[in-house]
Order: sequence, then C-alpha cells, then structure tokens
Amino acid sequence: MISRRDLPLLLLGGTIVAARPAWADDDEDKRAARWKEVREAVFGDRAIGDGSGVIGLEAPPRAEDAALVPVALLVNDPARVSGVYLVIDGNPGPLAAHVHFGALADPRRLTLRVRVDQYTDMHAVAETRNGELLAVSRFVKAAGGCSTPMGSQLDASLSDAGFMRLRLIGPVVPGHPIQALLMVRHPNFNGMQMDPVSRNYTPARFIQTVDIGFEGQPVLRMDSDISLASDPAIGFGFTPPKAGKLTVAVRDSSGAAWHEAFDVAPLS
Amino acid sequence: MTPLTRRTALFGACACCALATRRTAAAATDFTEIAPGMFFRRGLDAEASATNADAIANTGFIVGADSVAVIDPGGSLADGQALRAAIAAHTTRPVRFVVLSHVHPDHIFGAAAFTEGAPRIVGHTRLPAALGTRGEYYRRHLAELLGAEAAGSVVTPNLLVTDTQTLDLGDRRLTVRAHRPAHTDTDLTLFDAQTSTLITADLLFIGRVPSFDGDLKGWLAELDSLAAIRAARVVPGHGPVTTDWPAAAADLRRYLNLLLSETRAAIAAGVPIEQAATRVAATERGRWALFDDYNPRNVLTAYHQLEWE
Repeated sequence: MISRRDLPLLLLGGTIVAARPAWADDDEDKRAARWKEVREAVFGDRAIGDGSGVIGLEAPPRAEDAALVPVALLVNDPARVSGVYLVIDGNPGPLAAHVHFGALADPRRLTLRVRVDQYTDMHAVAETRNGELLAVSRFVKAAGGCSTPMGSQLDASLSDAGFMRLRLIGPVVPGHPIQALLMVRHPNFNGMQMDPVSRNYTPARFIQTVDIGFEGQPVLRMDSDISLASDPAIGFGFTPPKAGKLTVAVRDSSGAAWHEAFDVAPLS
Repeated sequence: MTPLTRRTALFGACACCALATRRTAAAATDFTEIAPGMFFRRGLDAEASATNADAIANTGFIVGADSVAVIDPGGSLADGQALRAAIAAHTTRPVRFVVLSHVHPDHIFGAAAFTEGAPRIVGHTRLPAALGTRGEYYRRHLAELLGAEAAGSVVTPNLLVTDTQTLDLGDRRLTVRAHRPAHTDTDLTLFDAQTSTLITADLLFIGRVPSFDGDLKGWLAELDSLAAIRAARVVPGHGPVTTDWPAAAADLRRYLNLLLSETRAAIAAGVPIEQAATRVAATERGRWALFDDYNPRNVLTAYHQLEWE
C-alpha cells in the first residue's frame, strides 16, 4: 500500500510546479535546475541515487504526437523494487504516475502513454523495498501535448467514460508471468483544453487511482495525474497463480468510480 | 496537415525546411487557370515554416459573372493576402464566399484576409465546434512560427453546411457537400458543374503523404462516394490537379487500406503502439513526400482509434 507520506505529493495542488514556458529548452543547466525543483516538490529531501542497472526508461527521443507519447519503465531487479515513479520534469503536473507493485505483479515492464508540454527530461524513479530512491532519465523532444485539442476519440471518451478493456499479450499459463494492457475510456482532461461552447478551458477531470488485483491479491496500484494521455492505457505484467478474475477499480478526480472484472484463464 | 505539435518546436532543425527555401507566400503568378474562370495555386510539399508562410495547401478561387468564391483561403494571413492580391489581378468582382474546407490551419488561416465586403464564410456544420477547441491552439503555434502579424486570426464560418449547399456566383453555381468524418470530422468538397471540376480538398492527397485526423473507415467510404462523380478534372488538397478520376485516388486508397489493415493486425498481435508506429505502412516509404513526418503519427492516431473497435 502507498504510504500516507506519499499521498499529498500525488495530489494536484501540491505537485503543480509552474514550468517556465520554454518551447525548445535543450539547455542542460536549465533542465538540471528544473529537476532539482521538481524532485524537491515530489520527493522532499530524500536522496536519489543513480538507477542505472536497476531501472530503465524507454521514451522516444522525438515524439510523433506530444499528446500521446508512449513510455516504458523497466525494472531489472524486480525483487528489490516496490514501486516506480514517472516524472515529466517540464509538465505542469510533473509527477505523471506512481505505481506500487503488489504480490502478483511482474514489475519488469510497465508502459504508459503521456502528454508532454515542452522539451523535457523524464525521470523513472524506482523505490526499493528498503526505501532507497534510484533514478534514470531521458531527454524527450515534444511540445504542446498538454494543450493539444482532443482528437477524433473525444466523443467516445466522454460518452463511454469508465469503459474498460483488457488485452492479454500471449497465452495464460498459471504460475507464469504474462503481459497485459488495460485500456480505460476517459478524456483525462487536464484543465488546459478548450471547451468549444463556452470557449473557456474545460475543467480538469482525470483518473487518479487504478487498483488492479487478482482473486483478492494485489497486482498494482497506480496514482496518476493530468499527464496521462486521454483514454489511459496501462501495460503491466502479472503472474496469475491459477485461472481467475483480474479485478480493476478506477477512480477519477470528480469522485466517479468504475469497477470491472476480467476472466484470466488458459485456453484449455 | 496534422495539428502543429512537435513540428512547431522543431522547425528550426527540420530537414524538410530545405524544401521551402526562401519561398514566401504565393504570388499572383502562382495561380494557374486550370479551367475557365477557375484558378489554383499548388501548395508546397513542405511543413509550415517561417520562410513559407504556411503556403503548403492548394488554394484557389472561382470567378462567376457576379462574384468570386475562394476555396480555401490559405495557411496564414500572409498567404491569404497573397491570394487576395491574385484575385484583384484577375477581376474587380467582389469575393462573396470564402469556403473553409476543414479545420486544419494550412487551409483556413488565410480567411482573415477576406473581411472586406463581409463575404459568407462557408464551413461544415461541425466546424465552429472544432475551431472552438482547436482554433486558438493553432493560432498560437502559427504565431510562434510566423509571427503574430503574419499568422492571422481564427475566422468562424457563418454559412454552415450540413448536407449540400449551392453557392451562386451569377452564371455558375457551385455545389458544396458536407461529409461524414473522414480526413477530419469537418470535411467539405465542391463541384463546379460548368467546368465539371471536383474540388476534394484533403479528401484527396496526391504525391504528398496524407495526414489522418478523422475516421479511417469513414474516409474510405467517402472516397467510394466521390469516385462515383464523373469529373473532367479534380483538384486535391495537396498535390497536382488531375484529369484522371477516380484513378488518381488509387495511391491514397492503397495507403489508407494498409494503414487500416496493418494497424488492426498489430493490435491483434499485441504489438505495442510505439513499435506499430515504426512498422505499419512502412512499405509506403519512398512513394510519398514527407512520409516520415506524418506516417508514424497517422499510425498512433489509427491505433488509438482501432484498438477500441
């Protein structure tokens, strides 16, 4: 479970660290200063060590669509790591997601799709079971993703909000890890998109928590923020000990909650 | 074109800027009379940049006995002003209609050059809402690229088309048709019966890679219905005017079908979205200008759409 100490960091009011509007900020000193500012806001005075060899981060050096940037957090030493953070330094809400792994998780590969507001460093931070923080970073060239207007899927995201799908990648074998993709219909409004009728900004409404379990045992819990792309898709690994149901509980910032259960069974 | 996102931030380093060397907005001589009283300027096969005034889409005008219709006023105020000057060089008749073929900025930001005489601004019934969500975003990014003065402002349509609409220029009548979601969800096409000319705007790309921002299956369906139109010539949104209709749509159909089938196959096989973006429709590279600037993004859009089928 997530500790109380972590919670306020994930809430919007506390984590918005206004970024200077710099569209092409590839100045390394400025980025280092920004990371210092963000890490203090998110992690306080906790030391953060070099995560090379423990955690990896895959992100495109240059994003095709700043409103849909696929990223992967890779954990090389799953036994040692209890959770991961994805920090997008240059975003208005830099802490994109914190994932805490449960007993049935296979933390080796976690994927998310995020918005990127300006050229930025991204940090993947692993938290070890004895409380160490270890980070690696990537520089990503993308800009404008936070205010990009919603695409052709907006109507569906609104009318079907909370509708979920689960894709299992590969065959289910009890006792063996499997990769899954959880898709959630939700506009994940970040408060920076325009409303066509009022011509004002659409109020922020975004997914805050995703709890995934299998037959009563925890797989993972994600606390997330306005940086997730609309229709969030979370790729994760887990090890089903037997056939059963994967349960998902999603809650958004308006307090709306949705529950779903998916059959996970070997093809007999 | 697609919304200005990474392109905006990258134009300084973008390889394709070389294609747009020192060319500014269109001059009057760029407009060719492709049929009696019908003038078009071919857009550059390039990205919007500080040196090309976003003059990258095909724009033009049709002169009737009483008045003139503009079909896509261009990619910026500067581009629209050049078009206005070209019209003035050909006729003194007033511009009565300015048609905005869809929401993308390379086609419509020139509208701000046509306030004189208060022409009717013609758009799809969904265009006001689309401009409401995207207009200011486009304006801001265009202004960063070209400067606020050259970029222009968002002009909202005041003659909305839900099905078809006739524009009367005196001796010739243009038929405007509103389409279901295809290239975008705000697409219009025009037909001039007098010269048997079909103006497809971005429902047809020739030679320059399509950008996709609407509904893939819808686009293929709308192409089917356009193929049934007997036209002596067709003006695409990007690429050269052609007389070879509907055969001129074959490359676009092949590309869209491939984008559809290979994206579906990637989703079914569990290929992650970032890998799909580099693999889908890769066999089309070399067949289109600006392929690498648009295809990966088209795949992301298609993947996000089709994974919910």
